[in-house]
Amino acid sequence: MFPPRFAYEAPHSLDEAISLLHGGGDYVKVLAGGQSLVPLMKLRFASPDMLVDINNVPGLDYHRTDADGSLHIGALCRHADLEHSELLAGTQPTMASAAPKIADPLVRNRGTLVGSLCHADPQGDWASVMTALGGTVIAQGPRGKRAIPLAEFVTGPFQNVLEPDEIAIEAVVPPAKGTRAGGYLKLERRVGDFATVGVAVAIETSGDTVARAGIALTGVGGSTINATEAAAALAGKPLTAETIAAAAELAAAAAQPKTDHRGSAEYKRHMVSVFVKRILSAGNGTAAGTSTERAA
Amino acid sequence: MTSQALDEIKIGGLGSSRKRVEDDRFIRGRGNYTDDIVLPGMLHMEILRSPLPHARIKSIDASKAWEIPGVHLVLTGEMMATRNLAWMPTLSYDTQAVLATDKVRFQGQEVACVIADDPYIAKDACEAIEVDYEPLPVIVNPWQATADGAPVIRDDKVNQADNVVYNWEVGDRAGTDRAFEQADVISKLELHYPRSHPSPIECCGSIADFNRATSKLTVYMTTQAPHIIRAAVAMVAELPEQMIRIISPDIGGGFGNKVPVYPGYVCSILASILLERPVKWIEDKTGNLISTGFARDIYLKGEMALRRDGKILGVRMHTDADHGAFFSDAQPSKFKIGLMHSAFAAYDIPAAHLTARGLYTNKAPGGVAYRCSFRVTEAMFFQERMVQAAADDLGMDQAAFRRMNFVRDDDFPHRTPFGFLTDSGQYAKCLDVGLKAIDYENFREEQAAARQRGRLLGLGISTMTEPLGAGNSREYDILGIKMFDSAELKVHMTGKAILRTGAKTQGQGHETTWAQIVAHELGIPADDVVVEEGDTDTAPFGMGTYASRSTPVAGAAVAMVSRKIRAKARKLAAHLLEVSEEDVEWELGRFYVRSSPGRGVTIQECAMAAYSNMPDGMEPGLENTAYYDPPNLTWPFAVYIVTVEVDPETGVWDVLKMVAVDDCGVRINPMIVEGQIMGGLTEAYAMSSMQFITFDADGNCVGSNYMDYLLPTAWETPGYELHSEVVTPCPHHPIGAKGIGECAAVGGPAAFVNAVIDALTGTGVRNIDMPVLPDRVWEAITYRRDVSGAPPVRQDE
Amino acid sequence: MTIVYDDLGDEAASEVPVRKIRFTINGKKKVAEIEPRLLLADLIRRGLGLTGTHRGCDTTNCGACTVLVDGKAIKSCTMLAVQVDGREVETVEGLAGQSELHPIQEGFKQEHGLQCGFCTPGMMMATKALLDRNPDPTEEDVRWALSGNLCRCTGYQNIVKSVLWAAEKLRAEA
Repeated sequence: MFPPRFAYEAPHSLDEAISLLHGGGDYVKVLAGGQSLVPLMKLRFASPDMLVDINNVPGLDYHRTDADGSLHIGALCRHADLEHSELLAGTQPTMASAAPKIADPLVRNRGTLVGSLCHADPQGDWASVMTALGGTVIAQGPRGKRAIPLAEFVTGPFQNVLEPDEIAIEAVVPPAKGTRAGGYLKLERRVGDFATVGVAVAIETSGDTVARAGIALTGVGGSTINATEAAAALAGKPLTAETIAAAAELAAAAAQPKTDHRGSAEYKRHMVSVFVKRILSAGNGTAAGTSTERAA
Repeated sequence: MTSQALDEIKIGGLGSSRKRVEDDRFIRGRGNYTDDIVLPGMLHMEILRSPLPHARIKSIDASKAWEIPGVHLVLTGEMMATRNLAWMPTLSYDTQAVLATDKVRFQGQEVACVIADDPYIAKDACEAIEVDYEPLPVIVNPWQATADGAPVIRDDKVNQADNVVYNWEVGDRAGTDRAFEQADVISKLELHYPRSHPSPIECCGSIADFNRATSKLTVYMTTQAPHIIRAAVAMVAELPEQMIRIISPDIGGGFGNKVPVYPGYVCSILASILLERPVKWIEDKTGNLISTGFARDIYLKGEMALRRDGKILGVRMHTDADHGAFFSDAQPSKFKIGLMHSAFAAYDIPAAHLTARGLYTNKAPGGVAYRCSFRVTEAMFFQERMVQAAADDLGMDQAAFRRMNFVRDDDFPHRTPFGFLTDSGQYAKCLDVGLKAIDYENFREEQAAARQRGRLLGLGISTMTEPLGAGNSREYDILGIKMFDSAELKVHMTGKAILRTGAKTQGQGHETTWAQIVAHELGIPADDVVVEEGDTDTAPFGMGTYASRSTPVAGAAVAMVSRKIRAKARKLAAHLLEVSEEDVEWELGRFYVRSSPGRGVTIQECAMAAYSNMPDGMEPGLENTAYYDPPNLTWPFAVYIVTVEVDPETGVWDVLKMVAVDDCGVRINPMIVEGQIMGGLTEAYAMSSMQFITFDADGNCVGSNYMDYLLPTAWETPGYELHSEVVTPCPHHPIGAKGIGECAAVGGPAAFVNAVIDALTGTGVRNIDMPVLPDRVWEAITYRRDVSGAPPVRQDE
Repeated sequence: MTIVYDDLGDEAASEVPVRKIRFTINGKKKVAEIEPRLLLADLIRRGLGLTGTHRGCDTTNCGACTVLVDGKAIKSCTMLAVQVDGREVETVEGLAGQSELHPIQEGFKQEHGLQCGFCTPGMMMATKALLDRNPDPTEEDVRWALSGNLCRCTGYQNIVKSVLWAAEKLRAEA
């Protein structure tokens, strides 16, 4: 209910933030949206010595497409910005499909996509979306900037590869090789629930052929599962009932679900397959998912 | 009625949907909930809870907690024991640990508490307390409780050699056995009504304020029954009853969660006495869900003896109730399993027999809560699920089967198979209204057509009648205290009034509705009557608000005290009009001379006279109190019908339409009645679709916070079509009202479950335990089998 | 202002680091000296004595604590009070402003959108954020916008009607 004590700084520049992380001691956390970190601290599952609040650092709240077609999402871009984004609605079907499904509308006003990636919750929705899109995280620290592909960014539950003095300043979605299609389906019993199963599918078609495909899974493993074999089964081929079925089966096989109060492992695996099929059969993420699905 | 009678609706009498008086402060954020109250010098208390479900306590070291700056007191079970307060009596004649001494018996049990300057510091200090536990084997369901070699959870009780709390039975065993021998078809059903929790948004809490100078203990408390608490505190704390004042301020939802006496209250009281400062304890949601009065968690084995033409010949039920570690239910003491034997009250069944057993397990104590009317939620759920299964087993239409077995309108008074006396109802008419509203015939056609195309539509019917208004002193008491209720009305000289009752509203709108009864009886505009509840120093003695008893009992008392006032006012009127009392007539708001109707006096003029112009020999003033011992229970009736569509691939189901037909007799305020129904239907939806508490094999509670205990939001919750056409007044209630608060929670869940089962017709599936989760539906469809939800949760090895 | 503490003889008590923040609450400027770990909901309720904002849960689900920060509806139990430094906070107590009642408050009364009242301030603040952004919402828009606010009493149907009532009144007044 109440967090333990900690030191707190609210820098006004990125350099200041990085230098605070650099000198901050053993356990320093960056505070952006706080919608994952603060609840953990209130339950005393996390007790950082210091929080570096980056909400006052200017110029981080953007999301934009660059000339080369890549999408850049700043560290302070909120889920709500993405939910209401006209840019995404037209060009990024998987992301547009996922944004309204993150938590609830109030949490979306504060929480950030980049923060969600860093938090590395195995139940995190954005991680699957960005993995399926082949995204990268841009980290900045005293030693400069680096780009870390999503598939390598998370090493386990709540663990990422950032150095203690690095801040994730941006997430990048590479330019599309073709026409984007796909979506994110999430089995949740009500708004704000964790995903029992979440499936992100992102494909790019060029003519009749799938030029690129990505499939990633939420909630069916120790962390986000990158279903590379399933995606590979789609790439270079036309999208047909057969290729879809094959991808669905491979995605289900890639899942490592546990039987728990949310359902049996068998059911969750089955749902992975169902969601893959529904997303790919409907086109741009308009597949009917669950009762919490908001019709476009 | 002459032309000078007041317009009852205009003055806010019965049937007026007047806007609520309570709203004015709530919409301004000026409610006065327990946590809003600040007293000078107040300290804050936090509780340390056990992480283990069953363990011996080897040692508790609180030294580090004492050292934290800002900490004033650390209480442990040992310290409570020196004051004989480590255990307290429950409302069911059992005992419950206040702070654990020898063992912890459920995960989340209270082990210690810290009182500090600030709740943050108190929490820090709790974390610093070191407890050494020795784990013991864990019991999470009745068969584990009764297995050979099962540990005895209540080894604190002398003469407790096992985990059985009670065995109880009611009904006609011989007659029922005969019925089963004669049956053409026997329909059987076993199911589990899962553990749920009322979970009002506001958690429990108290501010105990012991004033050494006056020797008075004042406790602000989230309680639905302040007078019961005063009596309990007098017994437990051994303080004189007149020096105890319990104040129940605004309550953010009760639903039965705020009736029991919780260890936190007792600790805050002792802390205040020791520290001579006010001590505030506000629990967090986890504490509330993991330790306070849960609901349900009961298993049914049901059988129905049927004649081939559909007549129900007899019913046999056995229930196993999981009571958790202490038997602490607030319920009428005569009935161990509450009013479970109200089951089948609306059906004309010659014989029935119920056996009931209660078990101790390593879980929080409780069982009777959550809009249950003392286990009537369970009774009606079991009933309607058994009725559904029986109709299916006979191959009969669900509506026709119910209709043919209903008690008929002219069969009242009717003795139910378990011995209740019902007095009124129009069951078939309610069913007709519901079937028409849901467009039953068309739906069945639509359903058949959809099935051809692989779409699964389902329709579920549920009916309920329930014994409300506990209760008559012959049969009902809690800890020996009879369950009457009270109202005190003081009419001031300008004809305005203040009314106090022994009930305690938590959102039901008593401040609005009780004034409407006064307006109805006395013609005083409801706006002129202020209503207060909850302060034991000023409110007349009552047993509080739960089990939908307020309108039937306290509401009746309001009517009766108003009539006492009117009787005195009649004498004053006669005096003012200079006629004898026999010549005086009454119309709403006014007494007049029968032979000369133009000559009259208003009730306000009578009020003034009570203070300024009394007849010789009359006591001055216009104030009175009434205590109402209800002659019988009231019996509202309802039909709930739901249509759903089930997605066979995912198991997800959505509500297409829900219709509710409620006959609760006379409705004091139709707007408020509808609000109660919609709230109850939403709880029914919640329980049937997503909301439950369960336990894993290690006894860990799953559902102890809102991430796992799911309440539906505005997005998932369906809309409701409410019907009020059928009104069968209660023949014995002073204003013909029956009570409504829990009806929809009682009757609603079975409608949803029956609808899903109906959608699965053809698969052979007869039962899916609530909550009917997508994975359970999928399993049922895929494997064509029933799905149970009983704990422990299935897990990977 | 004077604050007096019990002297429990421990030096450490006076060394709790506090931070000074400046913020606006319902249009009024305030200064506060607070621990970083103080949650915004507690600054509002205990520091400012504005108890209309309620605390209901401990996992950021119920929304009873909803307030507006710089016009955005957020859960004040999951924001640190220090984070409103330089920002504008609006709570239910500021809804009425100059007039007797805000149309949202009127709507909730007219349409019986509350019973126990505990979730109501949060509901109304989330409603304000919705109507500020979308003055003519559909029922679906309303249910979606309020899906972060739990209610146990009403079943939401009258809350939706209350919001639509308020929306109509605000449009008429605009």
